Amino acid sequence: MWEYTDKVKEHFMNPRNVGEIKDANAVGEVGSLSCGDALKLMLKVDEKEIIVDAKFQTFGCASAIASSSALTEMVKGLPLTEAEKITNEEIADFLGGLPKEKMHCSVMGREALEAAVANYRGVPVPVAEGEVVCECFGVTDLEVKRAIEESHLRSVEDITNFTKAGGGCGKCLDRLQEILDEVTGSAKSRIIPMKGPARMTTIQKIKKIEDVLEREIRPALRNDGGDIELIDVDGDMVIVALRGACGGCSRSTTTLKEYVEKTLREQVLDTLVVEEER
Amino acid sequence: MNDVIYMDNNATTKVAPDVLAAMLPYFSELYGNPSSMHRFGGQVGRALVKAREQVAELLGADTEEIIFTSCGTESDSTAILSAVRANPDKHHIVTTRVEHPAVKNLATSLRNLTGHKYRVTSLGVDNEGMLDLDEYRKALSDDTAIVSVMWANNETGVIFPIAEMAAMAKEEGILFHTDAVQAVGKIPINLRELEVNFLSLSGHKLHAPKGVGVLYVKKGTPYAPFMIGGHQERGRRGGTENTASIVGLGKACELAGAWMSLENSKVRKLRDKLEEGLLASIPNSILNGHKTSRLPNTCNISFEYIEGEAILLHMDQYNICASSGSACTSGSLEPSHVMRAMGVPFTAAHGSIRFSLSVFNTEDEVDLVLEKMPAIIAGLREMSPFWQNRDKG
Repeated sequence: MWEYTDKVKEHFMNPRNVGEIKDANAVGEVGSLSCGDALKLMLKVDEKEIIVDAKFQTFGCASAIASSSALTEMVKGLPLTEAEKITNEEIADFLGGLPKEKMHCSVMGREALEAAVANYRGVPVPVAEGEVVCECFGVTDLEVKRAIEESHLRSVEDITNFTKAGGGCGKCLDRLQEILDEVTGSAKSRIIPMKGPARMTTIQKIKKIEDVLEREIRPALRNDGGDIELIDVDGDMVIVALRGACGGCSRSTTTLKEYVEKTLREQVLDTLVVEEER
Repeated sequence: MNDVIYMDNNATTKVAPDVLAAMLPYFSELYGNPSSMHRFGGQVGRALVKAREQVAELLGADTEEIIFTSCGTESDSTAILSAVRANPDKHHIVTTRVEHPAVKNLATSLRNLTGHKYRVTSLGVDNEGMLDLDEYRKALSDDTAIVSVMWANNETGVIFPIAEMAAMAKEEGILFHTDAVQAVGKIPINLRELEVNFLSLSGHKLHAPKGVGVLYVKKGTPYAPFMIGGHQERGRRGGTENTASIVGLGKACELAGAWMSLENSKVRKLRDKLEEGLLASIPNSILNGHKTSRLPNTCNISFEYIEGEAILLHMDQYNICASSGSACTSGSLEPSHVMRAMGVPFTAAHGSIRFSLSVFNTEDEVDLVLEKMPAIIAGLREMSPFWQNRDKG
């Protein structure tokens, strides 16, 4: 059981500003179903660039819902230029603190806010470019560095709590320690080997695959009374389930390899292997 | 506020009142050491003999085949490491993707700590959580030291065909271990008829206290102790016996034998009512796990597009206890390995809730859960961006 503050519990049980703003002019969406939490922040900004209304929809745990609720309360009535200075620490502080394992929920709030502001200004979301360190959650070294600096993180565990990096397969934990050492200067200078081009993260893959399925593959299958569902992506392995008429079709393997896999390889990544869920 | 409605019995159970009563004297006046020469200690020794008989009776085993341990995890470690030591030339372990961490992580660490000298085959499951016996047969080889497969899964209650799988291992001359902590007391077990070499059980899953378990070792099975020390348990597990808990476990096994028919009538009926009610009253709810090859007390349902911790905390407001396979409750950042192995889509894996009942549950409790759940689920879905867009993508 998590030790939530009374304020977290209160905002979770009675969240403020849930819902949609139909004429929102600043919308930020972050997270995904696969990550386990997602937030859609909707703001109404008036001509003086004051945030006159804020609403949210959140998929996630108690602290994700409470952080979203807190964020909308914090930004309402603020000029955009003030609102965009809000940090994840301030969101957590507003709630009387979050368990350290849940700090990533406040980070999600800040990211949604950044995305909404970028959306209002019509500029691309300021993504921290850089090299992907954690493939499970798609976190780059620059994002990790930013979190270390802004939140004064001092351990790899802290980094995972704040950014989720390292919270999946754990392959990147050594690299996270290196980044921590670099930023905090606690290690003697090390030679960092040159890395090849940034690879696609699992989450980026899932998004792209879902796009192609939706845009191209699903309509084609539906013509024949079938359908397809994405079950899991593990490395280059794409697990799908064939539904409807495809489910019992004797040619489904051919469809899978000759059509689905071929299309995904062409449009997403040429090393993908598509398998049917057993 | 209503009393606690405890539907998390696969996590742990209430100590039965008769079990507690049986234990209490061993915390106070009957504190002797069962190994002592005097009558004062000797009477405690006799209580252990009785407990061993009670456990053996429930399992269809002989008393010499019962070793008392500190928990299910110790029993699992003892069995697997014993088999590994008994087969120094074999370097392969067969297990499943849905095992409890007590087996899963032991197998992984054995592989990693020996520089991959050991190979581990983790059998997959289908989307109903069932194993493929052909795949299992193919996995067995001359190099296999032990097979370790749980009798019933803790998250879904799915029951594996242990009798058949143990017989197949025996044919190949391979030792067979089953982690039966969820199965013992819920389904009839007769080890005399099975080719199972090792079986683990845990006291606190069947109304005995925490901190006591059993490892069954079939006669004739090569065995090497894990806890090395005194002559207790005939030299097979050193350490002064946890007398009160062992007495309690004995009593609990006696009760479990008597309650077996209740588990499969009353508990099953309550579980079915709960399950059918939830699936009928809540749209986009999906049963996880095989419909019939399943423990009578367990029901695991995914409520799509919402997250498990949030559901549990709302249930907690009504004093309803259950658990979830979501990332936020698993302590890691990913949903449970069981949900992932079954290929439960992300839309559903994060919102899976496990209800696990016991003979202590009542129909009124089931009715209250059925009354409260639809509004909890609808409220959270109202808030979820994916619920609003479910038809678009």
